Amino acid sequence: MRDGAPGIEAAFAGRLGGFALDARFAVPARGVTALFGPSGCGKTTVLRCVAGLTRLAEGHLSVNGVVWQDGRHRFLAPHRRPVGYVFQEASLFPHLSVTGNLRYGQRRARGDGPRPVAFDDVVELLGLARLLDRSTTVLSGGERQRVALGRALLTQPRLLLMDEPLAALDRASKDEILPYLERLHARLDIPVLYVSHDLAEVERLADTLVLMEAGRVRAAGPLAALLADPALPLVRLPEAAEVLDAVVVGHDEAYGLSVVAVPGATLQVPGAAGPVGSPRRLRIAASEVSLCRDGPPTGSSVLNVLPARILRAEPLAPHQMTVVLALGEMGEGATLLARVTRKSWEGLGLRPGLSLHALVKSVALLDRE
Amino acid sequence: MDPMTEAIWLTVRLAAITTVVLLIVGTPLAWWLARSRAWWKEGVGALVTLPLVLPPTVLGFYLLLALNPSSPLGQAAGAVFGHTLPFTFEGLVVASVIASLPFVVQPIRNAFEAMGERPLEVAATLRAGPWDAFLTVAVPLARNGFLTGAVLGFAHTVGEFGVVLMIGGNIPGETKVLSVAIYDYVETLQWGKAHALAGGMVAFSFVVILTVSLIGRRSGWVGR
Repeated sequence: MRDGAPGIEAAFAGRLGGFALDARFAVPARGVTALFGPSGCGKTTVLRCVAGLTRLAEGHLSVNGVVWQDGRHRFLAPHRRPVGYVFQEASLFPHLSVTGNLRYGQRRARGDGPRPVAFDDVVELLGLARLLDRSTTVLSGGERQRVALGRALLTQPRLLLMDEPLAALDRASKDEILPYLERLHARLDIPVLYVSHDLAEVERLADTLVLMEAGRVRAAGPLAALLADPALPLVRLPEAAEVLDAVVVGHDEAYGLSVVAVPGATLQVPGAAGPVGSPRRLRIAASEVSLCRDGPPTGSSVLNVLPARILRAEPLAPHQMTVVLALGEMGEGATLLARVTRKSWEGLGLRPGLSLHALVKSVALLDRE
Repeated sequence: MDPMTEAIWLTVRLAAITTVVLLIVGTPLAWWLARSRAWWKEGVGALVTLPLVLPPTVLGFYLLLALNPSSPLGQAAGAVFGHTLPFTFEGLVVASVIASLPFVVQPIRNAFEAMGERPLEVAATLRAGPWDAFLTVAVPLARNGFLTGAVLGFAHTVGEFGVVLMIGGNIPGETKVLSVAIYDYVETLQWGKAHALAGGMVAFSFVVILTVSLIGRRSGWVGR
């Protein structure tokens, strides 16, 4: 691995009790990178290695060209690594107030970051004003996790590490925190490594995906590309879907619809998706997409009929196929997944390279304004 | 100073100095016992706990042997203190520290173990170095352990009799502590004075045990 390259380059290998980890990946140091995989696949261990909390026999880590760890020769102690770490349980200091917790890391931070994170901004961003004078013992789960997040941000991290910060929370607290995470993503330009075993969370937050399996990295790359990669298990999930980054381009107020553009197509989505120009993320489940070979169908109730081209197809079950599509007449746009029966596939004479129309029955807006 | 006040004053001084020394010696020992993964750690732990079960006379006897002027340890002590230790106040302090060690180390060790690794990991990710994390996170979180240890160490030193008699003897103003004074008063049939000291000890011990129980119940940090 070359030093001086932008991005996060990581390689950790070694044994931890009975568990063998051999994880290597390189991802961009911007946006949210999800470390995703089933419980026990080593995601948390990788995150702990990045923070320096766990040291395996073999380790290399460089972040934006700065080497934090290199074999036995170089190992930056955890308290010297410019990371913010949010643990699964908030782990607030019980002997300090909320303010005391927030200030603990801020006081010790080396203020050499490009854009310092100010106390008041964090309080405002995470809605902590009401909580500042409280004891940490009287906070709800969601409030505790927000304080933990603020505490991590105030250490002026160059990299934010989050270990399933929502896993210990109930549905209501999760819904309370997710908008804060999205705002964070939009407002602060800090790259995030986010451990999760919840695909819905990943689809909502991540830009880049590191797919882990039994202590190894199965694949790493842009989320949309990995979701539609037939070689990976994600396309075989019953809830397989593709995410698309869209921009609001107009509104149809008479019918209460919004018009959004994705590469290669425009779609109509229900409700007000926000002002023109605002970025939104769409999720289109493979099971919600049908294919139509001869021209756009007339007399269909489906609003979103999009020209597309077939890239690949993979048999999923004896009776079912997963089809990977590219939007646009020439297939120049974003990818999309469709589930069709093998009977339709053969009956319609579908094949890779064919141009046709995709009927998208429903579209979900993932992020909320 | 009348002999009774002298004995009380000597005892309080001995217990206070012993407690301070115990906290200084016991804290790193408790930290190591709580966090080390060395296989021989429990051997050291057992050694520290030994004074809890040994008859004080046995402990006193070996201390007397160890600290006698011709032994290496006794010579080292002589070099440090300028005189030999047996039958001196300094000797009493050394003996009391060893006799009361488990009463201080055990509660502090338990408190360090109870907090686990997590608070220190959190402190490290918040840029606190090991010393910083120890002083600003581990010690405050182990506060109840320190309070319990200090109270028990002080009280046990006040109540020690066998070790004191073996290593200190019965020199007024130098080594004649409360428990030895009571013994003396009983020997010389001064029941009134024995009653005054013994009754005081009962009251003192009751207050100590009550204090420790109250510290133990105060596990939360509500109100901060």
